[in-house]
Amino acid sequence: MNRRTLLAALLAPAALERLGAQTQTPKTGAADPLRDPASVGQLRAEANPLDNNEVVKGIERRLKCTCGCNLDIFTCRTTDFTCTYSPELHKEVIALFQAGQTADDIVAAFVAKHGEQILLAPPARGFNILGYVLPTVAVVLGAATLGFVLVRRHRLRLETQTATPGRSAGGSDLTPEQQANLDRALKDLDA
Amino acid sequence: MTLLGQFALWMAFLLSIYVAAFAFIPSWRQRPDAGVVVERSSYAIAIVLWVAAVSLWKALFAHDFNVEYVASYTSRNLPDYYVFAALWAGQKGSLLFWALVLASFGAIAQAVTSRRYAMLLPTVGGVTSTVVLFFLAVMLLSGSGNPFERLAFTPADGNGLNPQLQNPGMVIHPPLLYLGYISITIPFAFAIAALVTGRVDTGWIHAIRRWTLLSWLFLSAGITLGMWWAYVELGWGGYWAWDPVENASFLPWLTMSAFLHSVMIQEKRGMLKRWNLGLVIGSFLLSIFGTFITRSGVIASVHSFTQSNIGAFFVGFLVLTAFVSFSLLYLRWPALEPESQLDSLASREAAFLFNNLLLVGIAFSVLWGTIFPILSEAVRGTKITVGPPFFNQVNIPLGLGLLALTGIGPLIAWRQTSTSNLRRQFILPVSTGILVTVVLLALGVRDFYAMMTFGLAGFVVGTVTQEFYRGVRARQRMHGEHPVLAFGRLITRNRRRYGGYLVHIAMVVYFVAFAGMAFTRTREATLSVGDTATIGSPFGHEYALKFLGISQYQAFNRQVSVASMEVTRNGKKLGIMTSEKRQHVDSFGKPTFQPSTEVGIRSDLREDLYVVYAGSVDGTERSTFRITVNPLVWWVWAGGVFLIIGGLITMWPSAWNANLPPIRDRAPAAPQPAAVG
Repeated sequence: MNRRTLLAALLAPAALERLGAQTQTPKTGAADPLRDPASVGQLRAEANPLDNNEVVKGIERRLKCTCGCNLDIFTCRTTDFTCTYSPELHKEVIALFQAGQTADDIVAAFVAKHGEQILLAPPARGFNILGYVLPTVAVVLGAATLGFVLVRRHRLRLETQTATPGRSAGGSDLTPEQQANLDRALKDLDA
Repeated sequence: MTLLGQFALWMAFLLSIYVAAFAFIPSWRQRPDAGVVVERSSYAIAIVLWVAAVSLWKALFAHDFNVEYVASYTSRNLPDYYVFAALWAGQKGSLLFWALVLASFGAIAQAVTSRRYAMLLPTVGGVTSTVVLFFLAVMLLSGSGNPFERLAFTPADGNGLNPQLQNPGMVIHPPLLYLGYISITIPFAFAIAALVTGRVDTGWIHAIRRWTLLSWLFLSAGITLGMWWAYVELGWGGYWAWDPVENASFLPWLTMSAFLHSVMIQEKRGMLKRWNLGLVIGSFLLSIFGTFITRSGVIASVHSFTQSNIGAFFVGFLVLTAFVSFSLLYLRWPALEPESQLDSLASREAAFLFNNLLLVGIAFSVLWGTIFPILSEAVRGTKITVGPPFFNQVNIPLGLGLLALTGIGPLIAWRQTSTSNLRRQFILPVSTGILVTVVLLALGVRDFYAMMTFGLAGFVVGTVTQEFYRGVRARQRMHGEHPVLAFGRLITRNRRRYGGYLVHIAMVVYFVAFAGMAFTRTREATLSVGDTATIGSPFGHEYALKFLGISQYQAFNRQVSVASMEVTRNGKKLGIMTSEKRQHVDSFGKPTFQPSTEVGIRSDLREDLYVVYAGSVDGTERSTFRITVNPLVWWVWAGGVFLIIGGLITMWPSAWNANLPPIRDRAPAAPQPAAVG
């Protein structure tokens, strides 16, 4: 190995490390123009500290964007970067918030301006109560009916058993032999 | 080639009428050769529809832009696999795909169904052909469904495929969902055949077992893949938004899940015959309803196809099918008497009934929420929106009830359970659930629904573990097997039961992963090159993302702008993450769609770091980002894998025939006592 090769071998790691450091540490605060700004779509505004305010986000999650996307304002403005509606609606929310309005006041102001459709869930009053209550009521009624029928049958079966001691435990029309077969088969299922 | 495709569509149309007539005109159906005619015609319909599909694929790959469909959904520079997937990317092509898959399933059903159900097969063929006929009618007669329609001129290039559809998930997810939707038609056809022929014993149930499992698996896989696509492609940071089209895929899944449970009661006890028929009919109607929602434009959705006039066809078909099906059910009502009765509230049958009640209840609430805006507008004249807050409020408690029943059902014996047995069975699972809840409370978790979910998940895992443990111990005692061998044989000897338990575990994994979203953290930041943004994780550590800059380059059919970020967690370097903006262009370099966003995701077992490059400030490298930490997302996909493994074990062929009663035990047409065992 000649002296030049030896020197190169010794210096190479340090040179590579320095090169790596250069690529990993770009100049801080750089804002060079993009070669093709049009291909990144709509220009974005600087993120505002209020963009990350949990109350503002909470308000925007209750309100639907008016662009027709079916998303809430927060999700739309941070997802569909072609939407021109959600950034404007966001500005309105922030303006009202900075004016000292509460979350409910801001939501009410949006409803007054855009109608109930702006809400992601309809207010639970009037006809809308039906929307909220009916599924739960249907399930509760179904469960109550099912429970009632089962308990009633169970009692009837017990009464029948008491009245006719020879009758099969199932209270059905099965013979004792069939009953034994059924019990055995069901037990096998669990084996 | 498109002429051949057009001809094939008309051939399939006429053949479908022929088969339907053979199946439903009584004098034709009585003919001795009816079965053979229907079987062979079903094959013929499938073959001519394959000819039509191949013709369309040929036009797509040949870039025949004179065909309106080809010009609308492809371009010369679209990669080949997306050209292939373009067959189902648009309204007209997907209608052809529906008819093609259904005709193929119909032919397969004719070919593989055991001859013991030969009496049902002509009607089964008739029903599938009628549904195929409906889709062909929409294509050929609606004026807006024919994929072979030609333009008056030939554009130099096509529009290309929507960038959001240019994702590998979109090549697999829609066909899987279609397979799920469409394969429900086969159980429905058997149900109608049972009603038409009067053979309403459990025979039709046995004939459709593999089909019901298959369609449920396809739906499950399709829905999970759809969630994955939404998560990685749409960029909003979640995977389920209760969008009407998402709901439409969820509805038949719920009713099919209910059927998979309740059918066991019919098989074992001869009960719930009417209910099961109702569930199969309902599932089919919901699959058509889902297709209607996606295509009619009656309900706004980000997923729907362009609004068209075919909605009226779907409404008509839906109403007619519902009327005919439920009329048949009503006519056969007396023949569908249960053969035994429920004995006790503390029985597995009762648990299954409550499970059905909840599944159907959730299906109702989802359907109700989906159509409530239309209802409200009709009643009050006021437009309203029913979004995620509504669905979460109504469905989370019902879902938790369902999760609880997933653990309760296996612990209760069939027919009735004694109090001492209940105590013995519940002690370990309940203790596990309580332990999980206490530990999480001690760790500072306070979200009520999340706590309930984790606690119930512990309970269900306790149940399933106990079931496996007892099964393995029993085998060890009886056969002296090694625990691993005993575990393997336990599953292979009773695949339906233990495969089902794996599906239950998959559901637990899903629920836990969903609950993780309650702890999502998100922030926006505008960064210059070299700036760093930080975000905390619910697991206590902190991510720092250092912006490295934007690179722009030209790819095959798009201009790409990549934002790179160096990520560290608690000071430890994790690597580079990128998020992109893509401007798709046609073969002349002209932009075709609005720029789309590709998300950067770094996923591990605990959480996902999700970075979205929102855009440039003033056309410079200074850029705005949305950064999100989503806990437990990896487990959603793991749940999908567990579910498919469990489902495949459950439907493994040798397990199907084990419970079939011999043919000689079957009465030809009249109802018979339940075959037990």
